[in-house]
Amino acid sequence: MSTQFDIDALLNTMAAQLRERLDHAGISNPALVGIRTGGVWVAERLRGLLGLDEALGELNIAFYRDDFSRIGIHPTVEPSVLPFDVDGRDLVLVDDILYTGRTVRAAMNEIFDYGRPRSIQLVVLFDRSGRELPIEAQVVGAHLSLRAGEHAKLAGPSSLHLEIHRTRA
Amino acid sequence: MSAADIQLDAQGRLRHFIAIEGLPRALLTQILDNAERFAPVGDRAVKKVPLLRGRTVANLFFEPSTRTRTTFDLAAKRLSADVLNLNIEASSTKKGESLADTLRNLEAMQCDMFVVRHQVSGAAHFIAQQVAPHISVINGGDGRHEHPTQGMLDAFTIRRHKQDFTRLSIAIVGDVAHSRVARSNIQALKTLGVPDLRVVGPKTLIPPQIEAQGVQVFDDLDEGIRDCDVVITLRLQQERMQSALLPSANEYFREYGLTAERLRLAKPDAIVMHPGPINRGVEIDSAVADGVQSVILQQVTYGIAVRMAVMAMILGNQALAGAA
Repeated sequence: MSTQFDIDALLNTMAAQLRERLDHAGISNPALVGIRTGGVWVAERLRGLLGLDEALGELNIAFYRDDFSRIGIHPTVEPSVLPFDVDGRDLVLVDDILYTGRTVRAAMNEIFDYGRPRSIQLVVLFDRSGRELPIEAQVVGAHLSLRAGEHAKLAGPSSLHLEIHRTRA
Repeated sequence: MSAADIQLDAQGRLRHFIAIEGLPRALLTQILDNAERFAPVGDRAVKKVPLLRGRTVANLFFEPSTRTRTTFDLAAKRLSADVLNLNIEASSTKKGESLADTLRNLEAMQCDMFVVRHQVSGAAHFIAQQVAPHISVINGGDGRHEHPTQGMLDAFTIRRHKQDFTRLSIAIVGDVAHSRVARSNIQALKTLGVPDLRVVGPKTLIPPQIEAQGVQVFDDLDEGIRDCDVVITLRLQQERMQSALLPSANEYFREYGLTAERLRLAKPDAIVMHPGPINRGVEIDSAVADGVQSVILQQVTYGIAVRMAVMAMILGNQALAGAA
C-alpha cells in the first residue's frame, strides 16, 4: 500500500528547517551522511536543496548492527564510503525512517571509527514511535503512526514514496 | 565424507572452510563480494569493525608460517575477535600431549574457531570432524592438499584487476605438483569460469593426469604464458633440488624464471602474482617481482579482507544455526 505523503513538500520543509538550525549553530560547512539505502536517497535530495557541492557520505551499518549473534552477516554488497575527513566536521546524519533507534546508534558507532566529528545532527524523513534507545532527531519530515504488525519502507530512488506493509501477527 | 560435505550445513551455508573443491560458484562469489565490503575497513582511521566482538579465534599452526598467520591474526582482530596464536610444534606436542587432547583443551577455553595450518594433507578436515559442534575450522594450508583462503584471495586479486573471469587466460607457473596454492587456485578459477587455465613447469613438477581438471599443460614457459592475462608464479621449495626432481636453482631460473623479457609474451596489461615468500632469482626476477605489473603486495592486503569475509560468514552462520 502506498501512502499519500507529499514527499517533495516534506523535503522542502526539512531543508529549510535544517538550514535554519545550521545557521543558528554557526555551521557553514556541514557534511551529509546518508544511511543506506533510503537515507542516502533522502540525503541526496537534501544536498540538492541546500546547494551543497561536497559528495555525500554513505553508511552501510551492516558491520555495526547489534543482531549479528542472532542473524549473522547481512547480504548487502555496497560498503560504507565517507569521502571526506570526519575529524572536526559538523555532520548531518540522514535516514528515511527513525524507529527503534538501533540503526542510528550503529551509524554513530561506525562514524567514530572514521574519526571524531565536531557535531552530529540527525535528520529523518519519518519518525515512527517505538524507540528502544534514547535517540531523537533534530529535523523530522513527518510523524508516522502505525499499528502493530505494520512496517513502513521508503521506495525510490527516482520518485520517493512510502509503502506500508502488513505482516500477520 | 568429502571436504565439501563437512563444509556446508544443511542449508548449504559455509560452516567450515577446508577446501575450494566441491563448493558452488555462488558461494565463492559471495565470499568475494563480502571481501569487497571488508576491504575499505583497512583504509580507515580505526581499522576495526565490532562484528565478532566476544568471539575467540585460535590460530593452530603445526607448521611455520609468517604471512598466513599474521594475516589471519589481523583479519580476526579487525573483526574485533580475540585471537590466540599457538605454535603447536613448539608447545604441547613436544611434551607428549596428543592432538585430541590439545583440541579438547582449546574447546574448554571456549574458542569459536580454529585456523589450522599443518604439514599433513587432510589435517584440517580431520580436525573439523573431531571438534565440538560449536567450533568451526578454517584450513590455513594442509600439506599438498589445499590452501583455500589463498585460492580465494588470488581470485579476489584477479577480479579486482580483470573483472570478468569468463574471458581470461591464466597461467600457473612452477612446482604445481607440490603446491596446495596451485590446487586451490585451479579449483577456484575453474569454478569461477576461467576458460583458459594453464599449468607450466618441468614434467617432474606437474602432477600426472592434471588435464582431467580442465587445465592445459605446458613445459615451455614462453608458450605457456603467451597472451595470458594473469601469470601466477609459485614458490620453488629448496628441498625439490635436494630430492633430484630438479638439477639446480640456476638451471630452474634459466628455464622457468619469470623475467621482464619473457613477461612481454603475455598480454601488455598482464598482472603477475606470487603467494610468497618469493625466491628472487629462482622462480621470478626481482625486476618483475617489483615491477609495475606485479600485484604481489596487493595480494597480501587483499588476503586480510578475504579472511575477514570467510571468518564473518562462518561465525555468522554459526549464530544463525544456533538461533534456529
